[in-house]
Amino acid sequence: MVAIPSRHKSLVLLAGVILLQVLMLAVQIKRDAEGRLIRVWTVGAVSPFERAGSSGFGWIRNTWRHYFALQNTTRENEQMRRENDALKLQIAQLQGKAAEADRLALLLKFRQAHAEVPMIAARVIGVSAGTASLTIQLDRGEHAGIRKNMGVITPDGVVGKVVEAYPNASLVLLLTDKESGVGALLADSRIQSPVGGQGEPLLVMKYVPNDDTVNLGERVITSGMDRIFPRDLPVGTVTEIKSGNPFKQIRIKPAANLERLEEVFVLLSLRPLEMKNEGNPADAQAPAPGAVTPPPAVRR
Amino acid sequence: MNDAFDIRGESHIEVHKFRAGAIIVATLLALVIQSSFPIHFAKAAVLDLPLLVTIYFGLSRRNPSTGLLLGMFIGLLQDSLSGPTVPLGLYGIAKTIIGYLASSIGARLDTEHPAARFALTFAFFIVHQGLIVLTRRILLAQPEPWFNMHLIVAALVNGLVAVFLFLLLDRLRKN
Repeated sequence: MVAIPSRHKSLVLLAGVILLQVLMLAVQIKRDAEGRLIRVWTVGAVSPFERAGSSGFGWIRNTWRHYFALQNTTRENEQMRRENDALKLQIAQLQGKAAEADRLALLLKFRQAHAEVPMIAARVIGVSAGTASLTIQLDRGEHAGIRKNMGVITPDGVVGKVVEAYPNASLVLLLTDKESGVGALLADSRIQSPVGGQGEPLLVMKYVPNDDTVNLGERVITSGMDRIFPRDLPVGTVTEIKSGNPFKQIRIKPAANLERLEEVFVLLSLRPLEMKNEGNPADAQAPAPGAVTPPPAVRR
Repeated sequence: MNDAFDIRGESHIEVHKFRAGAIIVATLLALVIQSSFPIHFAKAAVLDLPLLVTIYFGLSRRNPSTGLLLGMFIGLLQDSLSGPTVPLGLYGIAKTIIGYLASSIGARLDTEHPAARFALTFAFFIVHQGLIVLTRRILLAQPEPWFNMHLIVAALVNGLVAVFLFLLLDRLRKN
C-alpha cells in the first residue's frame, strides 16, 4: 500500500471530509427527512444554552434601554409631550369651535323664528374695564344700524340696552347694572313692575305690593312698557320673595347668562316691537299697534 | 522547549495551546450568541461568530487537520441550528475549508498583529460566503448572487469585531 506523505495527510483528510459532507447534502436533497436526527440532537443540546443566552441578552437589552440608553427616550418623551400639548390645544380649539357652532345654531334658530323682527347679531368683544358699571362691548355699531337705547337680547332672554353707539362698535349696559331697568311682568299673575339691576348677579323686581301673590320659580317676562323691548321676552325667574314695606322684595335670576355672553342680538328698532311667544302661547298678546319695522340694516 | 510552543523550520511561529475545554466553550458560546443575540439586536445578524471562532482557532493552532475538523464540527452545528431550510453540510463544507486555510496560513505567517487579523478575517469572510454561494448554486441548484455591497460591509464589520474578539480569546491561551 502506498504511504501518504505526512504533509499531504491534511489535504486527504480535507478531501474526505468535504466529500462526506457533499454526500450528506446529496442524500438530504433526495430525502428530505435525512439528517433530522442530527438536528434534534444538536438543538436539544444547544437550546438550553440558547434559552439562557436569549434571556441574558434580553435582560442586557432591557437594562440598556431602560437605564443607559435614555437619550432617545428623553428626546422621544419631549417629542411626545410636544405632540400631546399640540393635540390638547387642537382639542381645546375644536371644542371651542363646536361650542361656538352650537351657540350660532341657537342664534340662527332664534333669528329664523323671529324673522319679522329686525335684529342683528353681534359678537361680544369686551366687557367693562371696572366694577363701576356692568357693560359689554359689541363688534357692531352705527354702520350696522345700531343706535343708542336699542334693546339687546339672546335666545335665552333680555341682556340690556345700547348706551353708546360708535361707528363700528357699541356699548351695552347689562340688565344687572344699577342703572339698568326693563318693563316686566310676572307671567302667571300678570303683575306688572319694572325689573332692575343692583350691580349683582340677581335682579330685583320693584313695586309689587305685599298683598299680591307671587310664587317662587315664576317666570318674569318683558311687558313692552319701556318701549325698548318687545313684550313676552324672558327676563328671568323668581328665586327669592320677602315681605317689605310697602312692597315685596323679589329677587330674580336673569334668563340670559349675563356673565358668559359671546353672541347677542341687537333689536334694530327704537319703537315697540312684537315677538312671537313660542314658549307660552297663552301669554302672547296682540301686536303693539305702533310697531314699525325700521329700514333694512346690515345683518348676519 | 516548552510544550506550548512548536517551532517549525525557520519561521519561529508559535503554536498556541489553550486551557482545557476552552475551544468547546468558545464554540458553544459563539453558536449560542449567534442564534440568540440577533433576536434582541437585529443588526447583529451581520456577524458570523462561529466563523470568527473557526478562523481564530485555525490561525492559533496552526494544524490543518485540527483546523478543518474544528471547522467541520462548528459548521455542522451551525447547520443544525439554522433550521430545515439550511441543509446539513452547507456551513459545514465552507467552514471546513476555512478551518483548513486558516490553519495553513497560520502555519506560515505571523497572524498576531491586529491588522493581519483584520485583513485575514475580511478575506476569509468573503471566501466563506463565496463557498456558500458556490455550494448553493452547484450542489443545491439555488441561485444566489455572487456579490453585493452587503457582503463587503459584513466582511468589514466581522473583520473589525474579530480584532477585539481575538484579543479576548487570546486570554484563553495557556501561558
